[in-house]
Amino acid sequence: MNKLALTDEILLQVEKPARYIGNEINSVRKEKREGLLRFAMCFPDVYEIGMSHLGIQILYDMLNHYEDVWCERVYSPWVDLDRIMREKKIPLFALESQDPVKEFDFLGITIQYEMCYTNILQVLDLSGIPLLAKERTWEDPIVIGGGPCVYNPEPIADFFDLFYIGEGETQYRNLLDIYKESREQGWSRREFLLAAASLSGIYAPAFYEVSYHEDGTIAGFHPTEEGIPARIEKELVLDMTNTSYPEKPVVPYIKVTQDRVVLEIQRGCIRGCRFCQAGQLYRPVRERDVEMLKRYAVTMLQSTGHEEISLSSLSSSDYTGLEELVRYLLEVCREKKINISLPSLRIDAFSLDVMSKVQDVKKSSLTFAPEAGSQRLRDVINKGLTEEVILEGATKAFAGGWSRVKLYFMLGLPTETEEDIREIAALSNKIAAAYYETVPKEKRNGRCQIVASTSFFIPKPFTPFQWAAQCTKEQFLEKAYLTRTAITQQLNQKSIKYNWHEADASVLEGVLARGDRRVGQVILKAYEKGCFYDAWSEYYKNEVWLDCFRECGLTVDFYTTRQRSLEEIFPWDFIDCGVTKTFLQREWEKALEENISRNCREKCQGCGAGRYGCGVCVQTGEGEEAV
Amino acid sequence: MKVRIQFSKHGPLKFIGHLDIMRYFQKAMRRAEIDIAYTGGFSPHQIMSFAAPLGVGLESDGEYMDIEVLSHNGKEAMKAALNAVMAEGIEVLSVRMLPEKAKNAMASVAAAGYFITFRAGYEPDFLNEKALQQFYEKESIPFVKKTKKGETMLNLKPGIYELRTEGKGVYMLVDASSGGNIKPGMVIDAFYRENGQKLPEFALEITRTDMYMDTGTDKERRFIPLRDVGEDF
Repeated sequence: MNKLALTDEILLQVEKPARYIGNEINSVRKEKREGLLRFAMCFPDVYEIGMSHLGIQILYDMLNHYEDVWCERVYSPWVDLDRIMREKKIPLFALESQDPVKEFDFLGITIQYEMCYTNILQVLDLSGIPLLAKERTWEDPIVIGGGPCVYNPEPIADFFDLFYIGEGETQYRNLLDIYKESREQGWSRREFLLAAASLSGIYAPAFYEVSYHEDGTIAGFHPTEEGIPARIEKELVLDMTNTSYPEKPVVPYIKVTQDRVVLEIQRGCIRGCRFCQAGQLYRPVRERDVEMLKRYAVTMLQSTGHEEISLSSLSSSDYTGLEELVRYLLEVCREKKINISLPSLRIDAFSLDVMSKVQDVKKSSLTFAPEAGSQRLRDVINKGLTEEVILEGATKAFAGGWSRVKLYFMLGLPTETEEDIREIAALSNKIAAAYYETVPKEKRNGRCQIVASTSFFIPKPFTPFQWAAQCTKEQFLEKAYLTRTAITQQLNQKSIKYNWHEADASVLEGVLARGDRRVGQVILKAYEKGCFYDAWSEYYKNEVWLDCFRECGLTVDFYTTRQRSLEEIFPWDFIDCGVTKTFLQREWEKALEENISRNCREKCQGCGAGRYGCGVCVQTGEGEEAV
Repeated sequence: MKVRIQFSKHGPLKFIGHLDIMRYFQKAMRRAEIDIAYTGGFSPHQIMSFAAPLGVGLESDGEYMDIEVLSHNGKEAMKAALNAVMAEGIEVLSVRMLPEKAKNAMASVAAAGYFITFRAGYEPDFLNEKALQQFYEKESIPFVKKTKKGETMLNLKPGIYELRTEGKGVYMLVDASSGGNIKPGMVIDAFYRENGQKLPEFALEITRTDMYMDTGTDKERRFIPLRDVGEDF
């Protein structure tokens, strides 16, 4: 049996020791031998969060199918174990072999949200790997970052040897082959990085330099070496059906956030909501074949024993085979007593019918994400959901027995007025009123429950709002108070509960999202002063972060509240994410004019992703520029 | 049909808590395609109950659970199917059919056997057969149990059915019923106190060897392993 990296004494002292022992069902163990490439795949947050991430499961499966690679998993040790490991100088280890991460060839880190940046440093630090890439030698693994946040890798550029821009399925084999050659031929680390940087989708930050104008904006961004591409084009999977997908995902012992089979039905989204980064990054939308999905559903349920299956995509209702797939799953799952969870579904007759079959309507709630209270502002953000549709969906649901509704809104969207905010309260009230109109008194079980939640809008790179100003903390809070007050003035206020996010962390997230290379020193300083697990509000230390900005001579407002001019060079402009800057600018201008854009199936907006010649661009016969 | 399953739990798996072991077996039943019965309603649950939770950090050769199945291909097939999908560290040791009227595993447990060794560096020099015997022969073995409300004084003696050294370790058979459950650490703790010592944290490595039901009378106990209640199928 496998020897553990931690002693029994330590494991008995920490919360949930099962986070650190590996050995889960379907985890992969390989015989160590000369020439076996060791890849540590890390999600820099606690095990329960990291284990719920589909991307790692896909890459873990793909890499372990390579006969010459052993891919293992690494997560951030929780604060209790972190303290012990520092005290006792225990190096961070990978779960499967329990071997120190430092002995690996690669440390791959998936970066899903900005607030995990200090946890990246925690993982490097505990592993005994120099935090700065320039201080690393062949004694250290190649540290490579991937995931949505690396579409602006600049704030964390100093900490990585390489970034993989785009979808992971396509380029790892080539990268690993170059690595093997480099080690066999005795190349220097720098020689390897240079060779890697010539691969499509691979960005080696050490070979690029940035110059700045006096006002702090970027003057230029250039490769420093011959033969290094000036632009990095994202990688994407052209055929989502004939590609790698895990038949046997790892099954954790402890309850994790996503404790179910996850079936990714499509990648991308046709909708083009202007605040949404994923909606742009994963263009064009590409569906998986429904027969493939049926086969995988059965195989994965069998290999894991999970009691629930969830469909995953940005907008499941837009999947063309949805009805066929769901009818099939209903049949299979009824037989096997398996739950089906259907997130991101439009509320209509079909989805209500399906949901009434798979869940207890009395206990479950319906979710709408209008994102903005008024139709005017929904047009600005291109959220094609009207009040009429929401009320119709809610009324149908109330008639079907539901009495709980969750509503998601954003505060601080571009052009937002007080009136738009009041409409959040008004819409919540109308939904509550629809309940009392629809359900006769004798059939009610107390009040209906409307839960309205607001998050603060944070402009993200590669969205039409990348030029927009973000609110200050004070503005955010003012908007939240205004929302609260407006809700308490509604007739049905007792049926409406209001939640809002914390403002401090949203401001920092805004800096990290649109930051440049200079922000890296702030992240490093914050980590050195004890910041990590910033995504966990109980560990987020806003004052420390603000001190670090001051000490580094940088201001938060430069990155957040400043509306960018159309001429400005953004830190992420050297990345080609598939959609063009011209398209994003056009969308930004349309937003300010309160004009909507139709979705990819209705009318091609000429975003630029048509050049890949796949997915919806081919299905609709589009792809050519059409404005 | 009710089936009683005995399994072991060793190695790293000792760090998986009781609730997670229950979830583990629910998934294992699906992977092994056991035709297990479910409760009705909107969230049907497998009909499955465990004898007694095993603390985190303890290993075992004698864990039990009862399940209800609708069909089967015999005990060997069921055991093989389950063992084919087990994690390293958990093994199904026996599968038996329970008589319809048998009490479930949880209600049946009267006693449990434990084998205790000491981690390297923690071996007590005052432990030998004679000292342990003298300790066991005392009229009363007091133990102060800390609870949320304060402290309760217990007398462990009536609940210790066997106590002896075995090699460098200690074997004990103690009360494991819901009313009088004795944790093996409590007995060792009392033995340390008897010798004027304090039991250090993390000193013990404990293996539950088996669980028993009492088929005797009030006057004379007769313990049989839980698996012996059932029969082959």
